[in-house]
Amino acid sequence: MTGVRVLVGTRKGAFTLTSDGSRRDWEVSGPHFPGWEIYHVAGSPAEPDRLFASQSSGWFGQLIQRSDDGGQTWEPMGNEFAYDGVPGTHQWYDGTPHPWEFARVWHLEPSPTDPDTVYAGVEDAALFKSTDGGGSWAELSGLRKHGSGPSWQPGAGGMCLHTIVLDPTNPARMYAAISAAGVFRSDDSGTTWRPINRGLQSEGIPDPDAEVGHCVHRIAMHPSRPDVLFMQKHWDVMRSDDAGENWHEVSGNLPTDFGFPIAVHAHEPETIYVVPITSDSHHFVMEGKLRVYRSRTGGNEWEALTAGLPQQDCYVNVLRDAMAIDSLDSCGVYFGTSGGAVYASADAGDSWAPIVADLPAVLSVEVQTLP
Amino acid sequence: MIRVVLPAHLRSLAKLNGEVKLDVDGEVTQGAVLDALEAAYPMLRGTMRDQATKQRRPFVRFYACEEDLSHEPPDKLLPDAVAAGTEPYLVIGAMAGG
Repeated sequence: MTGVRVLVGTRKGAFTLTSDGSRRDWEVSGPHFPGWEIYHVAGSPAEPDRLFASQSSGWFGQLIQRSDDGGQTWEPMGNEFAYDGVPGTHQWYDGTPHPWEFARVWHLEPSPTDPDTVYAGVEDAALFKSTDGGGSWAELSGLRKHGSGPSWQPGAGGMCLHTIVLDPTNPARMYAAISAAGVFRSDDSGTTWRPINRGLQSEGIPDPDAEVGHCVHRIAMHPSRPDVLFMQKHWDVMRSDDAGENWHEVSGNLPTDFGFPIAVHAHEPETIYVVPITSDSHHFVMEGKLRVYRSRTGGNEWEALTAGLPQQDCYVNVLRDAMAIDSLDSCGVYFGTSGGAVYASADAGDSWAPIVADLPAVLSVEVQTLP
Repeated sequence: MIRVVLPAHLRSLAKLNGEVKLDVDGEVTQGAVLDALEAAYPMLRGTMRDQATKQRRPFVRFYACEEDLSHEPPDKLLPDAVAAGTEPYLVIGAMAGG
């Protein structure tokens, strides 16, 4: 029977939440890797029972775990993320040169076609690739060695490569987003890269429309229209209709355009979701109300989705990797909060219910639609 | 036979219960014990020391016989009691937090 498996990474372990197509009753499994920070868990579209998890701690460093049975059992894989060549320096918070140092894996992006190929976005910002199922990792150093690399500067959360988007129609094209450098595109399978930030305006940097230096929080694409990209920037929700060559703002009537995640409906390429957050100094939702905002017009016109979500005394955040979309006929939307709740909507956001309410702070949410 | 005690997180990572018992060829130094430990349990590579430089991770400490050996060079011999297996070599996750 058709079902879904939600993969949740938290500050203190990983959880899998499973349900049938109705998405009413849920089975919760976990914590896996209790006590460890799980920045991301992702499943292979080519082999859905193959899962990858980024497991880390300040004490014992980075591990990569892999499951080949849908998360029932896990095996540690390769965890050596060595920068290619002499890493050099980027800018530190105070503007001084700082050596590139590996800290952790923020995001894992499995190939849509090959279960042994997976990409990893890491802090300090770099992109790695494994072609042996996570056994070993090699840097795609053309990104870090882009001429602007020495000028990249960390955002408050660290200088992380947090978003990897693969073009499903063009295997050579991929996107990577870095806080706080911006978005980059490769048209040769990750060998060379160029920044694609034209149209972004960031008041927090000396040159608001600089080629690099923008704090991009997340980008999203609908697979049927790979040249249309949506972006949640530090401030501003943005859209590109030409594969990132030009961006324009679509924040429209949002109550605040600061936020982290952005997602696209599985079957309606012009329907997108964001979670507005009060501000960069108040990392919680506005007015004590947890509201997802949906646009059915590709931006600019937004409606608040509140049914089933707390509408008083709620002061949580939703992080950039903590929203996901399933591909069932009635599109499911999921997100997790810093307060440890994971909410699900089985009707494209019209109504919501918590799957779980009291997990550790949620860092990431992914969902797999299972046959 | 060298006895090694690991912190709980590394025991669970290596799927171990209790102490590790290792045979170390040649001189029983810190480096030789950690090399043998990582050879027997490859999933521990990178969790106690950097894989390339072999530098100890900042919040990991090494104790034995009531002494902190964390700052000792890797080629320094461990105490006889550790080499003889009467005392364990302790890998510690430093206390931190609040």
